[in-house]
Amino acid sequence: MKLPLLRRDLLVAARRPGEWLIPLAFFTATVAIFPLAIGTRPETLRTIAPGVIWTVALLSSLLSQDMLFRRDIRDGSLEQLLLSPRPLILAVLAKAVAHWLACGLPLIVLAPLLAAWMQLPAEQLLLLLVTLPLGTAVFSLLAVFAEAVAAGASRSRFLGGMLALPLCMPAVIFAAAAVAGDAPAAPLLLLAACLSLAITVLPLAAAGALRASAQGI
Amino acid sequence: MGTSVYATLGRLASPPVFYRIAEASRIWLIGLFLLLFIPGIYGALIGAPPDYQQGEGYRIIFVHVPAAWMSLFIYVNMAGMAAVSLIWRGKTAAICARASAPAGAAFTALTLATGSIWGKPMWGTWWVWDARLTSELILLFIYLGYMALVASIPDRRTAAAAGAILLLVGLINIPVIHFSVDWWNTLHQPATIAKFGAPSIDKAMLMPLLLMAGSFMVFYLAVMATMAQALLLEQEASSQWAKQAAS
Repeated sequence: MKLPLLRRDLLVAARRPGEWLIPLAFFTATVAIFPLAIGTRPETLRTIAPGVIWTVALLSSLLSQDMLFRRDIRDGSLEQLLLSPRPLILAVLAKAVAHWLACGLPLIVLAPLLAAWMQLPAEQLLLLLVTLPLGTAVFSLLAVFAEAVAAGASRSRFLGGMLALPLCMPAVIFAAAAVAGDAPAAPLLLLAACLSLAITVLPLAAAGALRASAQGI
Repeated sequence: MGTSVYATLGRLASPPVFYRIAEASRIWLIGLFLLLFIPGIYGALIGAPPDYQQGEGYRIIFVHVPAAWMSLFIYVNMAGMAAVSLIWRGKTAAICARASAPAGAAFTALTLATGSIWGKPMWGTWWVWDARLTSELILLFIYLGYMALVASIPDRRTAAAAGAILLLVGLINIPVIHFSVDWWNTLHQPATIAKFGAPSIDKAMLMPLLLMAGSFMVFYLAVMATMAQALLLEQEASSQWAKQAAS
Protein backbone atom coordinates (compact mmCIF):
# COMPACT_ATOMS: atom_id res chain seq x y z
CA MET A 1 0.00 0.00 0.00
CA LYS A 2 1.78 3.09 -1.20
CA LEU A 3 -1.14 5.43 -1.90
CA PRO A 4 1.01 8.02 -3.67
CA LEU A 5 -1.79 10.48 -4.34
CA LEU A 6 -3.00 10.48 -0.76
CA ARG A 7 0.55 10.99 0.47
CA ARG A 8 1.10 13.80 -1.97
CA ASP A 9 -2.07 15.61 -0.94
CA LEU A 10 -1.22 15.23 2.72
CA LEU A 11 2.30 16.48 2.05
CA VAL A 12 0.89 19.51 0.27
CA ALA A 13 -1.41 20.08 3.24
CA ALA A 14 1.53 19.79 5.62
CA ARG A 15 3.56 22.29 3.60
CA ARG A 16 0.69 24.76 3.44
CA PRO A 17 -0.80 24.56 6.91
CA GLY A 18 -2.83 27.71 6.33
CA GLU A 19 -5.23 25.88 4.07
CA TRP A 20 -6.54 23.59 6.76
CA LEU A 21 -5.61 25.56 9.87
CA ILE A 22 -7.61 28.60 8.81
CA PRO A 23 -10.89 26.68 8.40
CA LEU A 24 -10.18 25.04 11.74
CA ALA A 25 -9.58 28.39 13.43
CA PHE A 26 -12.70 29.69 11.72
CA PHE A 27 -14.66 26.75 13.11
CA THR A 28 -13.45 27.37 16.65
CA ALA A 29 -13.90 31.13 16.55
CA THR A 30 -17.40 30.90 15.08
CA VAL A 31 -18.57 28.55 17.82
CA ALA A 32 -17.21 31.05 20.35
CA ILE A 33 -19.37 33.77 18.79
CA PHE A 34 -22.62 32.08 19.81
CA PRO A 35 -22.30 32.43 23.60
CA LEU A 36 -21.21 36.02 23.05
CA ALA A 37 -24.16 36.82 20.81
CA ILE A 38 -26.90 34.76 22.43
CA GLY A 39 -25.88 34.88 26.08
CA THR A 40 -24.27 32.43 28.39
CA ARG A 41 -27.30 30.74 29.93
CA PRO A 42 -26.24 27.08 30.07
CA GLU A 43 -29.71 25.73 29.17
CA THR A 44 -29.88 27.87 26.01
CA LEU A 45 -26.35 26.90 24.97
CA ARG A 46 -27.04 23.24 25.59
CA THR A 47 -30.19 23.39 23.43
CA ILE A 48 -28.52 25.03 20.45
CA ALA A 49 -25.15 23.27 20.78
CA PRO A 50 -25.77 20.35 18.35
CA GLY A 51 -27.14 22.66 15.67
CA VAL A 52 -24.38 25.22 16.14
CA ILE A 53 -21.54 22.72 16.05
CA TRP A 54 -22.95 20.99 12.96
CA THR A 55 -23.63 24.22 11.11
CA VAL A 56 -20.12 25.43 11.78
CA ALA A 57 -18.63 22.06 10.80
CA LEU A 58 -20.44 22.36 7.47
CA LEU A 59 -19.19 25.93 6.98
CA SER A 60 -15.60 24.97 7.67
CA SER A 61 -15.84 22.09 5.19
CA LEU A 62 -17.26 24.43 2.54
CA LEU A 63 -14.53 26.96 3.32
CA SER A 64 -11.75 24.44 2.83
CA GLN A 65 -13.04 22.78 -0.34
CA ASP A 66 -12.15 25.64 -2.60
CA MET A 67 -8.56 24.52 -3.18
CA LEU A 68 -9.33 20.84 -3.80
CA PHE A 69 -8.69 20.90 -7.55
CA ARG A 70 -7.74 24.50 -8.20
CA ARG A 71 -4.00 24.05 -7.79
CA ASP A 72 -4.03 20.70 -9.64
CA ILE A 73 -5.70 22.41 -12.59
CA ARG A 74 -3.25 25.29 -12.55
CA ASP A 75 -0.06 23.23 -12.44
CA GLY A 76 -1.30 20.55 -14.82
CA SER A 77 -1.26 17.64 -12.39
CA LEU A 78 -4.98 17.10 -12.96
CA GLU A 79 -4.25 16.27 -16.59
CA GLN A 80 -1.61 13.79 -15.48
CA LEU A 81 -4.20 12.19 -13.20
CA LEU A 82 -6.65 11.90 -16.09
CA LEU A 83 -3.99 10.35 -18.31
CA SER A 84 -2.87 7.84 -15.70
CA PRO A 85 -3.94 4.23 -16.34
CA ARG A 86 -5.21 3.81 -12.79
CA PRO A 87 -8.95 4.26 -12.29
CA LEU A 88 -9.92 7.87 -11.75
CA ILE A 89 -12.44 6.88 -9.08
CA LEU A 90 -9.57 5.83 -6.82
CA ALA A 91 -7.88 9.18 -7.35
CA VAL A 92 -11.08 10.98 -6.48
CA LEU A 93 -11.51 8.81 -3.40
CA ALA A 94 -7.92 9.61 -2.37
CA LYS A 95 -8.73 13.32 -2.71
CA ALA A 96 -11.75 12.89 -0.45
CA VAL A 97 -9.76 10.95 2.15
CA ALA A 98 -7.02 13.60 2.13
CA HIS A 99 -9.62 16.35 2.53
CA TRP A 100 -11.19 14.50 5.41
CA LEU A 101 -7.85 13.88 7.13
CA ALA A 102 -6.92 17.55 6.83
CA CYS A 103 -10.31 19.08 7.59
CA GLY A 104 -12.62 16.51 9.19
CA LEU A 105 -10.30 14.79 11.62
CA PRO A 106 -9.08 18.01 13.35
CA LEU A 107 -12.72 18.94 13.99
CA ILE A 108 -13.21 15.66 15.85
CA VAL A 109 -10.12 16.35 17.93
CA LEU A 110 -11.45 19.80 18.79
CA ALA A 111 -15.00 18.63 19.49
CA PRO A 112 -14.58 18.03 23.26
CA LEU A 113 -13.35 21.60 23.72
CA LEU A 114 -16.29 23.02 21.79
CA ALA A 115 -18.71 20.76 23.67
CA ALA A 116 -17.35 22.15 26.91
CA TRP A 117 -17.82 25.70 25.69
CA MET A 118 -21.41 24.94 24.70
CA GLN A 119 -22.16 23.12 28.02
CA LEU A 120 -22.93 19.88 26.22
CA PRO A 121 -23.32 16.97 28.67
CA ALA A 122 -21.03 13.94 28.40
CA GLU A 123 -23.53 11.54 26.80
CA GLN A 124 -24.28 14.07 24.07
CA LEU A 125 -20.56 14.64 23.56
CA LEU A 126 -20.24 10.92 22.98
CA LEU A 127 -22.96 11.12 20.31
CA LEU A 128 -21.21 14.11 18.78
CA LEU A 129 -17.99 12.12 18.58
CA VAL A 130 -19.85 9.26 16.88
CA THR A 131 -21.68 11.46 14.37
CA LEU A 132 -18.77 13.75 13.48
CA PRO A 133 -16.70 11.17 11.57
CA LEU A 134 -19.76 10.02 9.59
CA GLY A 135 -21.08 13.48 8.79
CA THR A 136 -17.74 15.09 7.96
CA ALA A 137 -16.97 12.16 5.65
CA VAL A 138 -20.21 12.91 3.77
CA PHE A 139 -19.14 16.56 3.61
CA SER A 140 -15.71 15.63 2.22
CA LEU A 141 -17.22 13.41 -0.48
CA LEU A 142 -19.71 16.11 -1.43
CA ALA A 143 -16.91 18.68 -1.44
CA VAL A 144 -14.88 16.62 -3.90
CA PHE A 145 -17.95 16.05 -6.06
CA ALA A 146 -18.99 19.72 -6.09
CA GLU A 147 -15.48 20.93 -6.86
CA ALA A 148 -15.14 18.36 -9.64
CA VAL A 149 -18.39 19.55 -11.19
CA ALA A 150 -17.27 23.18 -10.88
CA ALA A 151 -13.73 22.49 -12.11
CA GLY A 152 -14.49 24.02 -15.51
CA ALA A 153 -15.55 27.30 -13.90
CA SER A 154 -12.13 28.26 -12.64
CA ARG A 155 -12.99 31.92 -12.19
CA SER A 156 -16.05 31.57 -9.95
CA ARG A 157 -15.02 31.17 -6.35
CA PHE A 158 -17.46 29.57 -3.90
CA LEU A 159 -19.45 28.04 -6.75
CA GLY A 160 -18.55 24.57 -5.49
CA GLY A 161 -19.67 25.49 -2.00
CA MET A 162 -22.96 26.75 -3.34
CA LEU A 163 -23.47 23.44 -5.15
CA ALA A 164 -22.50 21.32 -2.15
CA LEU A 165 -24.61 23.22 0.40
CA PRO A 166 -28.11 21.97 -0.48
CA LEU A 167 -26.81 18.42 -0.93
CA CYS A 168 -25.29 18.49 2.58
CA MET A 169 -28.59 19.25 4.28
CA PRO A 170 -29.79 15.68 4.95
CA ALA A 171 -26.51 14.85 6.69
CA VAL A 172 -26.80 17.97 8.86
CA ILE A 173 -30.42 17.16 9.76
CA PHE A 174 -29.68 13.57 10.77
CA ALA A 175 -26.46 14.40 12.58
CA ALA A 176 -27.91 17.25 14.59
CA ALA A 177 -31.03 15.19 15.35
CA ALA A 178 -28.87 12.31 16.59
CA VAL A 179 -26.96 14.57 18.98
CA ALA A 180 -29.99 16.54 20.14
CA GLY A 181 -32.72 13.93 20.29
CA ASP A 182 -33.79 11.44 22.92
CA ALA A 183 -33.72 8.55 20.44
CA PRO A 184 -30.40 8.82 18.63
CA ALA A 185 -30.41 5.37 17.03
CA ALA A 186 -32.65 6.11 14.02
CA PRO A 187 -30.98 9.36 12.87
CA LEU A 188 -27.59 7.80 13.50
CA LEU A 189 -28.40 4.87 11.22
CA LEU A 190 -29.82 7.22 8.61
CA LEU A 191 -26.63 9.29 8.78
CA ALA A 192 -24.65 6.11 8.17
CA ALA A 193 -26.97 5.36 5.25
CA CYS A 194 -26.21 8.82 3.84
CA LEU A 195 -22.52 8.02 4.03
CA SER A 196 -22.96 4.67 2.27
CA LEU A 197 -24.97 6.32 -0.48
CA ALA A 198 -22.43 9.12 -0.81
CA ILE A 199 -19.46 6.79 -0.98
CA THR A 200 -21.21 4.68 -3.64
CA VAL A 201 -22.41 7.43 -5.94
CA LEU A 202 -20.23 10.49 -5.51
CA PRO A 203 -16.74 9.23 -6.48
CA LEU A 204 -18.23 7.87 -9.71
CA ALA A 205 -20.03 11.14 -10.45
CA ALA A 206 -16.97 13.21 -9.51
CA ALA A 207 -14.74 11.17 -11.82
CA GLY A 208 -17.21 11.68 -14.67
CA ALA A 209 -17.37 15.40 -13.97
CA LEU A 210 -13.57 15.69 -13.93
CA ARG A 211 -13.31 13.95 -17.29
CA ALA A 212 -15.96 16.28 -18.71
CA SER A 213 -14.28 19.35 -17.24
CA ALA A 214 -10.90 18.37 -18.67
CA GLN A 215 -12.20 19.09 -22.17
CA GLY A 216 -12.77 22.72 -21.35
CA ILE A 217 -9.79 23.57 -19.15
CA MET B 1 -39.03 -0.97 -35.49
CA GLY B 2 -36.57 -0.12 -32.76
CA THR B 3 -34.08 1.41 -35.15
CA SER B 4 -36.71 3.50 -36.93
CA VAL B 5 -37.90 4.97 -33.63
CA TYR B 6 -34.33 5.83 -32.74
CA ALA B 7 -33.77 7.25 -36.21
CA THR B 8 -36.83 9.48 -35.88
CA LEU B 9 -35.76 10.64 -32.44
CA GLY B 10 -32.23 11.18 -33.69
CA ARG B 11 -33.47 13.32 -36.58
CA LEU B 12 -35.69 15.27 -34.21
CA ALA B 13 -32.70 15.91 -32.01
CA SER B 14 -30.60 17.43 -34.75
CA PRO B 15 -30.32 21.15 -34.03
CA PRO B 16 -31.72 22.55 -37.31
CA VAL B 17 -34.73 20.20 -37.27
CA PHE B 18 -35.44 20.95 -33.62
CA TYR B 19 -35.13 24.66 -34.33
CA ARG B 20 -37.64 24.51 -37.18
CA ILE B 21 -40.14 22.43 -35.19
CA ALA B 22 -39.86 24.77 -32.23
CA GLU B 23 -40.33 27.78 -34.50
CA ALA B 24 -43.42 26.30 -36.13
CA SER B 25 -45.01 25.06 -32.92
CA ARG B 26 -44.62 28.20 -30.84
CA ILE B 27 -47.84 29.86 -32.01
CA TRP B 28 -49.76 26.62 -31.40
CA LEU B 29 -48.31 26.27 -27.93
CA ILE B 30 -49.24 29.85 -27.04
CA GLY B 31 -52.74 29.30 -28.42
CA LEU B 32 -53.17 26.07 -26.47
CA PHE B 33 -51.89 27.79 -23.34
CA LEU B 34 -54.55 30.50 -23.64
CA LEU B 35 -57.19 27.89 -24.42
CA LEU B 36 -56.42 26.08 -21.16
CA PHE B 37 -55.50 29.08 -19.02
CA ILE B 38 -58.52 31.33 -19.63
CA PRO B 39 -61.22 28.79 -18.63
CA GLY B 40 -58.88 27.52 -15.91
CA ILE B 41 -58.37 30.89 -14.25
CA TYR B 42 -62.07 31.73 -14.69
CA GLY B 43 -63.07 28.50 -13.00
CA ALA B 44 -60.48 29.04 -10.30
CA LEU B 45 -61.38 32.62 -9.41
CA ILE B 46 -65.13 32.72 -10.16
CA GLY B 47 -66.56 29.35 -11.15
CA ALA B 48 -65.47 27.13 -8.27
CA PRO B 49 -67.49 27.38 -5.05
CA PRO B 50 -65.75 28.80 -1.97
CA ASP B 51 -64.31 26.22 0.39
CA TYR B 52 -66.48 25.50 3.42
CA GLN B 53 -63.55 25.88 5.77
CA GLN B 54 -61.13 28.25 4.09
CA GLY B 55 -63.61 30.54 2.26
CA GLU B 56 -62.27 32.42 -0.72
CA GLY B 57 -58.68 32.29 0.47
CA TYR B 58 -58.22 28.75 -0.77
CA ARG B 59 -58.39 29.90 -4.41
CA ILE B 60 -54.64 30.49 -4.46
CA ILE B 61 -54.14 26.73 -4.54
CA PHE B 62 -55.20 26.81 -8.20
CA VAL B 63 -51.86 28.48 -8.84
CA HIS B 64 -49.91 27.02 -5.93
CA VAL B 65 -50.55 23.32 -6.53
CA PRO B 66 -49.89 23.28 -10.31
CA ALA B 67 -46.77 25.39 -9.76
CA ALA B 68 -45.55 22.90 -7.16
CA TRP B 69 -46.21 20.01 -9.56
CA MET B 70 -44.31 21.82 -12.30
CA SER B 71 -41.37 22.61 -10.03
CA LEU B 72 -40.82 18.89 -9.47
CA PHE B 73 -41.82 17.77 -12.97
CA ILE B 74 -39.37 20.16 -14.63
CA TYR B 75 -36.53 18.98 -12.42
CA VAL B 76 -37.19 15.32 -13.23
CA ASN B 77 -37.56 16.21 -16.91
CA MET B 78 -34.24 18.08 -16.83
CA ALA B 79 -32.55 15.10 -15.19
CA GLY B 80 -33.99 12.81 -17.88
CA MET B 81 -32.67 15.06 -20.63
CA ALA B 82 -29.35 15.26 -18.81
CA ALA B 83 -29.14 11.46 -18.89
CA VAL B 84 -29.95 11.46 -22.61
CA SER B 85 -27.30 14.08 -23.26
CA LEU B 86 -24.68 12.11 -21.34
CA ILE B 87 -25.51 8.71 -22.83
CA TRP B 88 -26.12 9.66 -26.49
CA ARG B 89 -24.10 12.90 -26.46
CA GLY B 90 -27.20 14.75 -27.62
CA LYS B 91 -26.60 18.45 -28.13
CA THR B 92 -30.28 19.30 -28.22
CA ALA B 93 -31.12 17.36 -25.06
CA ALA B 94 -28.37 19.23 -23.20
CA ILE B 95 -29.71 22.54 -24.45
CA CYS B 96 -33.29 21.66 -23.52
CA ALA B 97 -32.15 20.77 -20.00
CA ARG B 98 -30.40 24.10 -19.73
CA ALA B 99 -33.36 25.98 -21.21
CA SER B 100 -35.70 24.40 -18.64
CA ALA B 101 -33.90 25.70 -15.59
CA PRO B 102 -35.26 29.28 -15.52
CA ALA B 103 -38.85 28.01 -15.85
CA GLY B 104 -38.25 25.43 -13.13
CA ALA B 105 -36.72 27.99 -10.78
CA ALA B 106 -39.57 30.42 -11.52
CA PHE B 107 -42.24 27.80 -10.76
CA THR B 108 -40.40 26.89 -7.55
CA ALA B 109 -40.27 30.54 -6.51
CA LEU B 110 -43.96 30.92 -7.43
CA THR B 111 -44.80 27.88 -5.27
CA LEU B 112 -42.96 29.40 -2.32
CA ALA B 113 -44.52 32.83 -2.82
CA THR B 114 -48.10 31.60 -3.21
CA GLY B 115 -47.63 29.15 -0.32
CA SER B 116 -46.43 31.98 1.84
CA ILE B 117 -49.34 34.25 0.86
CA TRP B 118 -51.77 31.40 1.59
CA GLY B 119 -50.02 30.62 4.86
CA LYS B 120 -50.47 34.11 6.29
CA PRO B 121 -54.27 33.93 6.75
CA MET B 122 -54.44 30.12 7.20
CA TRP B 123 -51.53 29.43 9.51
CA GLY B 124 -51.16 33.00 10.77
CA THR B 125 -47.57 33.33 9.62
CA TRP B 126 -45.72 33.99 6.36
CA TRP B 127 -43.31 31.15 6.78
CA VAL B 128 -43.22 27.90 8.70
CA TRP B 129 -40.45 25.36 8.57
CA ASP B 130 -42.84 22.79 7.26
CA ALA B 131 -41.38 19.77 5.51
CA ARG B 132 -42.72 20.46 2.03
CA LEU B 133 -41.97 24.18 2.19
CA THR B 134 -38.43 23.41 3.22
CA SER B 135 -37.86 20.83 0.48
CA GLU B 136 -39.20 23.31 -2.04
CA LEU B 137 -36.77 25.93 -0.74
CA ILE B 138 -33.86 23.49 -1.07
CA LEU B 139 -35.08 22.65 -4.59
CA LEU B 140 -34.86 26.36 -5.40
CA PHE B 141 -31.26 26.39 -4.17
CA ILE B 142 -30.49 23.40 -6.37
CA TYR B 143 -32.01 25.13 -9.41
CA LEU B 144 -30.04 28.30 -8.68
CA GLY B 145 -26.84 26.31 -8.17
CA TYR B 146 -27.36 24.56 -11.51
CA MET B 147 -27.97 27.87 -13.28
CA ALA B 148 -24.91 29.42 -11.65
CA LEU B 149 -22.81 26.41 -12.67
CA VAL B 150 -23.76 26.33 -16.36
CA ALA B 151 -23.49 30.11 -16.57
CA SER B 152 -19.98 30.23 -15.15
CA ILE B 153 -18.34 27.51 -17.23
CA PRO B 154 -17.22 29.24 -20.43
CA ASP B 155 -16.91 26.09 -22.55
CA ARG B 156 -20.38 24.99 -23.71
CA ARG B 157 -19.73 21.27 -23.83
CA THR B 158 -18.12 21.24 -20.42
CA ALA B 159 -20.97 23.28 -19.00
CA ALA B 160 -23.51 20.85 -20.43
CA ALA B 161 -21.72 17.75 -19.14
CA ALA B 162 -20.99 19.17 -15.67
CA GLY B 163 -24.56 20.44 -15.40
CA ALA B 164 -25.93 17.05 -16.44
CA ILE B 165 -23.91 15.23 -13.77
CA LEU B 166 -25.06 17.72 -11.14
CA LEU B 167 -28.68 17.21 -12.19
CA LEU B 168 -28.41 13.44 -11.92
CA VAL B 169 -26.77 13.52 -8.49
CA GLY B 170 -29.43 16.03 -7.45
CA LEU B 171 -32.11 13.62 -8.64
CA ILE B 172 -30.78 10.93 -6.31
CA ASN B 173 -30.57 13.48 -3.53
CA ILE B 174 -34.04 15.00 -3.80
CA PRO B 175 -35.88 12.02 -2.23
CA VAL B 176 -33.22 11.91 0.48
CA ILE B 177 -33.69 15.63 1.14
CA HIS B 178 -37.45 15.28 1.13
CA PHE B 179 -37.36 12.35 3.51
CA SER B 180 -34.87 13.99 5.86
CA VAL B 181 -36.91 17.16 5.94
CA ASP B 182 -40.03 15.10 6.69
CA TRP B 183 -38.33 14.37 9.97
CA TRP B 184 -40.17 17.26 11.50
CA ASN B 185 -43.83 16.97 12.25
CA THR B 186 -45.43 18.51 9.23
CA LEU B 187 -48.00 21.30 9.28
CA HIS B 188 -48.81 21.00 5.59
CA GLN B 189 -52.17 19.61 4.66
CA PRO B 190 -51.91 16.11 3.23
CA ALA B 191 -52.22 15.60 -0.51
CA THR B 192 -55.81 15.48 -1.72
CA ILE B 193 -55.41 14.69 -5.44
CA ALA B 194 -52.96 11.82 -5.65
CA LYS B 195 -54.93 9.43 -3.50
CA PHE B 196 -55.93 6.04 -4.75
CA GLY B 197 -59.59 5.80 -5.65
CA ALA B 198 -61.72 8.91 -5.84
CA PRO B 199 -59.82 12.12 -5.09
CA SER B 200 -61.26 13.94 -2.10
CA ILE B 201 -61.86 17.14 -4.02
CA ASP B 202 -65.08 18.38 -5.60
CA LYS B 203 -65.38 18.20 -9.39
CA ALA B 204 -66.07 21.94 -9.63
CA MET B 205 -62.68 22.48 -8.01
CA LEU B 206 -60.86 19.64 -9.74
CA MET B 207 -61.62 20.83 -13.28
CA PRO B 208 -60.05 24.30 -12.97
CA LEU B 209 -57.11 22.76 -11.12
CA LEU B 210 -56.42 20.34 -13.97
CA LEU B 211 -56.91 23.09 -16.58
CA MET B 212 -54.42 25.29 -14.74
CA ALA B 213 -51.96 22.41 -14.49
CA GLY B 214 -52.32 21.75 -18.21
CA SER B 215 -51.82 25.40 -19.08
CA PHE B 216 -48.71 25.60 -16.88
CA MET B 217 -47.31 22.55 -18.66
CA VAL B 218 -47.90 24.08 -22.09
CA PHE B 219 -46.45 27.39 -20.89
CA TYR B 220 -43.32 25.56 -19.77
CA LEU B 221 -42.98 23.84 -23.15
CA ALA B 222 -43.35 27.16 -24.99
CA VAL B 223 -40.81 28.96 -22.78
CA MET B 224 -38.39 26.04 -22.89
CA ALA B 225 -38.58 25.71 -26.68
CA THR B 226 -38.06 29.44 -27.21
CA MET B 227 -35.12 29.59 -24.84
CA ALA B 228 -33.63 26.45 -26.41
CA GLN B 229 -33.88 28.12 -29.82
CA ALA B 230 -31.92 31.11 -28.57
CA LEU B 231 -29.28 28.89 -26.96
CA LEU B 232 -28.99 26.77 -30.11
CA LEU B 233 -28.47 29.82 -32.31
CA GLU B 234 -25.82 31.11 -29.92
CA GLN B 235 -24.01 27.78 -29.78
CA GLU B 236 -24.23 26.99 -33.50
CA ALA B 237 -23.60 30.58 -34.59
CA SER B 238 -20.93 29.54 -37.07
CA SER B 239 -23.00 26.88 -38.85
CA GLN B 240 -24.86 27.48 -42.09
CA TRP B 241 -28.39 26.76 -40.86
CA ALA B 242 -28.02 29.10 -37.89
CA LYS B 243 -26.92 31.93 -40.15
CA GLN B 244 -29.92 31.33 -42.37
CA ALA B 245 -32.32 31.04 -39.44
CA ALA B 246 -31.06 34.22 -37.83
CA SER B 247 -31.10 36.32 -40.99
